[in-house]
Amino acid sequence: MARKLLLDKAHIENIRYYDVYRANGGYAAAEKVFKGMSPEQVVEEVKKSGLRGRGGAGFPTGLKWSFLAKPEGVPRYLVCNADESEPGTFKDRYLMEFLPHLLIEGLLISSFALGAHRTYIYIRGEYAWIPDILEEAIEEAKRNNWLGKNIQGTGYDLEIYVQRGAGAYICGEETALIESLEGKRGNPRIKPPFPAVKGLWESPTVVNNVETLAAVVPIINIGGEEYAKIGIGKSTGTKLISACGNINKPGVYEIGMDISVEEFIYSDEYCGGIANGKRLKACIPGGSSVPILPANLLLKTAKGEPRMMTYEGLNDGGFVTGSMLGSGGFIVLDEDQCVVRNTLTLARFYHHESCGQCSPCREGTGWMKRVLNNIENGKGKMSDIDLLWDIQRKIEGNTICPLGDAAAWPIAAAIRHFRDEFEWHVLNPEECLKRNYGLAHYADPLPVPAAVAAAV
Amino acid sequence: MAVQFSEEKLNKVKEIIARYPEGKHKSALIPVLHLAQESFGGWLSAETMDYVASLLQITPIEVYEVATFYSMFNMQPVGKYLFEVCQTGPCMISGSDQIIDYIKKKLGIGVGETTADGLFTLKTVECLGACGYAPMMQLGKHFREHLTPEKVDAIIEECRAKAN
Repeated sequence: MARKLLLDKAHIENIRYYDVYRANGGYAAAEKVFKGMSPEQVVEEVKKSGLRGRGGAGFPTGLKWSFLAKPEGVPRYLVCNADESEPGTFKDRYLMEFLPHLLIEGLLISSFALGAHRTYIYIRGEYAWIPDILEEAIEEAKRNNWLGKNIQGTGYDLEIYVQRGAGAYICGEETALIESLEGKRGNPRIKPPFPAVKGLWESPTVVNNVETLAAVVPIINIGGEEYAKIGIGKSTGTKLISACGNINKPGVYEIGMDISVEEFIYSDEYCGGIANGKRLKACIPGGSSVPILPANLLLKTAKGEPRMMTYEGLNDGGFVTGSMLGSGGFIVLDEDQCVVRNTLTLARFYHHESCGQCSPCREGTGWMKRVLNNIENGKGKMSDIDLLWDIQRKIEGNTICPLGDAAAWPIAAAIRHFRDEFEWHVLNPEECLKRNYGLAHYADPLPVPAAVAAAV
Repeated sequence: MAVQFSEEKLNKVKEIIARYPEGKHKSALIPVLHLAQESFGGWLSAETMDYVASLLQITPIEVYEVATFYSMFNMQPVGKYLFEVCQTGPCMISGSDQIIDYIKKKLGIGVGETTADGLFTLKTVECLGACGYAPMMQLGKHFREHLTPEKVDAIIEECRAKAN
């Protein structure tokens, strides 16, 4: 059984409520901080832990915190990014729904470390029932003097507020989130200046993902060094993976970053194998933006080594033969799935979510969607495949924010690894409306499920 | 319907504005638009948006540009029950196309349309963060997950019963 640091208490009945959370060791990390740690020491522990941003980018959290400008007389803000909108990702929802006090404790410690007195949780609007859960937990924390004025007699004041978005993937990008929190359209800002210097209301601001801020609690509890012992290399600690698609056990899992992709998919502790006795065809391992991999490259790297569920492991081979851990949105496709159709839904998604500021993204995403729609519906030409490649190349790197890249990468990877499936659609315009291309050679060599291998 | 918040909702607006530092009340715009949409028939008319502008002491264009940007704000009237069915990749590979077709047939409407009795509107939406529990739809404040034709039937019945 892997070590759990975030979800270790998730099974306890009513852990959502303060009394139960507190009785089970909750707010011990906050207590430890207030009894003898300076803000700088908290930052130091987070640096030692090697914690990396869990929203998708994987940037070292301690380093991000150390960039925060601290001019005299100017307020600083911490904003919790709960906009979770990357297709395949639903882990933050789980944390907020079932362990709201873990997030609040993380926010309290992090706000203290950063010198923030007003902290906002920006949550996607569609999670409409969760603000009630968070606000109830905030009230409970306030009644017990973990929020409000003079917290636990330390003289430190903090208020946490919940702000709902209203349906915009782009608001997960930190500067778009800040714009939205200021009551504006979610158009990303040109950087620099970075939010650490000029963020919310022009004040220095740190924006961190829900899971990142929750992870600060176990880091303080066990110490940064101990946390860093879990995992491999620069992938330290545990990571929440939201697994979905054609698997036996979709859901949110906490993994130590030291297991293989094969174990994650086939072991009963996690996904429990491919559903309905089907075979694995492909997987998007880190949320819809990251490259899709065929089964053979997913389970083993190009060098033939087992691929690991770490930042570096999933990225092994770069974008030529690898992918990314991203947000941990793990989408599994079985042999019956059509990669062209799946790619079309993602192109439609990015077109829908483009804020429209940058022409390559605004025009390119819609163009890719229309071309893919033709190919999917038997109206494509061979030259369309090269056209798609050309369009995505012209979007990548040419936009203010990473949404352009996020829209380009899935298309590039689908063509890179599944070109013959696209060609089959073009060459078989009638047949492709009636059946899917199937597994073809993508699972070759056939993976031996971990459970079977262990039994041999 | 006259566009005017009740006393209780006006207090809620004040409470929302108090979340931000002095002078930063424009930040209240999205929360107040949610409140307005809930209060005034499930969509935002020009009159509603102008009212919100006057409450927050900002110009109407500042409200329009925000309201039209975010997909949860309805710029047209919708049925009493809005079925927002996710159609993005993870839901698609779990059968959302079939669910959308089933709802269309069952209600006799297309995507973006409202039933003649004004009860139901069908909308397709992009990823709502329920990929592990697909196919799914948003209905009001909550998600309905692991949808099957039988579940869709039950939801429609439930809505009809509530409407009566």
